[in-house]
Amino acid sequence: MSNNVIIREIQNELVERKELPNFGAGDTIIVSYKIKEGNKERTQLFQGVVIQRRGEGSTETFTVRKMSGNVGVERIFPVSSPFLESIQIVKKGAVRRARIFYFRERTGKSARIKEKRSFAK
Amino acid sequence: MPGIIGRKVGMTSIYSAEGKILPCTVIEAGPCVVTQVKTQDRDGYDAVQLGFGVRKEKNTPSALKGHFKKANTDPKSKLVEFKGFDNLNLGDVVTAEIFEEGEYVDVIGTSKGKGFQGVVKRHGFGGVGQSTHGQHNRLRAPGSIGAASYPAKVFKGMRMAGQMGNKRITAENLQVLKVLTDKNLIIVKGSVPGANGSTVTIQK
Repeated sequence: MSNNVIIREIQNELVERKELPNFGAGDTIIVSYKIKEGNKERTQLFQGVVIQRRGEGSTETFTVRKMSGNVGVERIFPVSSPFLESIQIVKKGAVRRARIFYFRERTGKSARIKEKRSFAK
Repeated sequence: MPGIIGRKVGMTSIYSAEGKILPCTVIEAGPCVVTQVKTQDRDGYDAVQLGFGVRKEKNTPSALKGHFKKANTDPKSKLVEFKGFDNLNLGDVVTAEIFEEGEYVDVIGTSKGKGFQGVVKRHGFGGVGQSTHGQHNRLRAPGSIGAASYPAKVFKGMRMAGQMGNKRITAENLQVLKVLTDKNLIIVKGSVPGANGSTVTIQK
């Protein structure tokens, strides 16, 4: 068996796949994830714009950026992290790139992303 | 130390019980066949020679063919001696079952070859001086390699440019995270020397 096949099999076997909605760069999402404080667990929400998705299989991650006051905050979430509870898509963004790093330099009016319009049939 | 011969499959990451990401390497460990049993009486020490991998019959020298025939196996591509096994006979099969989850192992492999490299890449030197202000051609230089008329020589072991990588490296104390005996795979925490597909030996 080739190396990639073995690695994929192990990922399928040992890492639980999560059912996540289809999202990509430019989308505004709300990530709810569990955080541990001592022995207590609670859920926190992080709303922001997806900058990129990278990696594949169980090692895939995505980066979410939000403005906290006027400081940019980015968080990287592994797709198959057990702490990740759910993802809710607020807005679909129309961007041309898979990774919108140019978005970091944008503030104010230029930091808007056009909404993707879907034509329901 | 008992051990086994294997093949590095590649790296991935799995999650611990607490939900932490553990970077890990997947190794195809065995099955290995005992091709020779060395004894104190005959060889002066006790050891077991294991064979792993497939070698084509036509590429096997006659002497080795006879060696494998004694153990009643197909020709193996890799032979390694291990000490510390008991009660193994010629032709026995050693599998990944000798490892337990949670124990610590050493993995020996040949590191990726980087060729002839300078001191900046090979030893992490900083180079000499600045890159601007008229400075030229010293950016990746090693600097002084010693004093002058005393000691009048360069000390042995002075770090200089040379071959980097392609060298036997032991990664010590790697935790065994999983043993998948049905697939002959073990998963160890952290990285292992060598390229994917290269042969490694795993020792307890």
